[in-house]
Amino acid sequence: MTERRPAVAVVVFPGSNDDRDAALALAALGADARLVWHAEEQLPEDTGAVVLPGGFSYGDYLRCGAIARFSPIMAAVSQFAADGGPVLGICNGFQILCEAGLLPGVLRPNASLSFVCRDVALRVERIAPPFTTRCEPGQLLTIPVKNGEGCWYAPPELVRELEEAGQIVLRYAEGNPSGAVADVAGVVDDAGNVMGLMPHPEHAVDRLLGSADGGLILASLVDAARERVMAAAV
Amino acid sequence: MRATVLVRPKQGILDPQGQAVEDSLRHLGFSVAQARVGRVVDLEVDAADEAQARTEVERMCEQLLANPLIESYEIEVGPA
Repeated sequence: MTERRPAVAVVVFPGSNDDRDAALALAALGADARLVWHAEEQLPEDTGAVVLPGGFSYGDYLRCGAIARFSPIMAAVSQFAADGGPVLGICNGFQILCEAGLLPGVLRPNASLSFVCRDVALRVERIAPPFTTRCEPGQLLTIPVKNGEGCWYAPPELVRELEEAGQIVLRYAEGNPSGAVADVAGVVDDAGNVMGLMPHPEHAVDRLLGSADGGLILASLVDAARERVMAAAV
Repeated sequence: MRATVLVRPKQGILDPQGQAVEDSLRHLGFSVAQARVGRVVDLEVDAADEAQARTEVERMCEQLLANPLIESYEIEVGPA
């Protein structure tokens, strides 16, 4: 069977600004990336994975992601996630997934109150399909962050639960850019098919631009999308 | 009905904005032990009476205006 390009839906909210970079990166890694406007009520029928991109949906008014979670497309995204579909939230997408209750915790203003835009080192805490399948356990990834509200917070008892359940997948390894609790950079939900991370893998897919490490995460997602689409076609 | 929602960062939650305000106030020579920064939402609500307005505003807080993980809220309701 020839390898087909699996459809990966990239949701575009008003104020998203990394949607096209995400789509370009996913396409370069073998996906059929489809931009889906937030007012749509359905994902494309053959969607194999969903990406909620970075940006400033609804101007970050009230709290980051608090308004976008009520966008019409989010009901379909929740359903897709409930059906086991892989959903990746990057930066603002992570904030939206937390506000929507699809991921634990919440993102708050950086402890420094500064917007931080630089490469950070991330440690892969666990091989967590479908998001870090292509990584090695303990591998250090160089991926940029660029956010003002990237300080992930959860109460201590919840952090302990997440640690025990292996839901903390990515941690800041050499300095914490935001003040995130327990150096958390990326978490998955309890079923493991929804992940959010503050760093931007779509900005690290070419060595010419500093690092291709983000490609490991996105390519893992594309692999999972392909498997899902092929399984559905059988 | 007029309603005011006061949203506060929960105690124990790091509040970098409050910290910055506190530092600035000290810098200005004020003696401040602590500053916390929250948010006020003023609303005009269609409701038959105060009880109904309060119930409505509570639902608003739970769904959108506050995130219970990090914020607490207080509601005041009065005639328009």
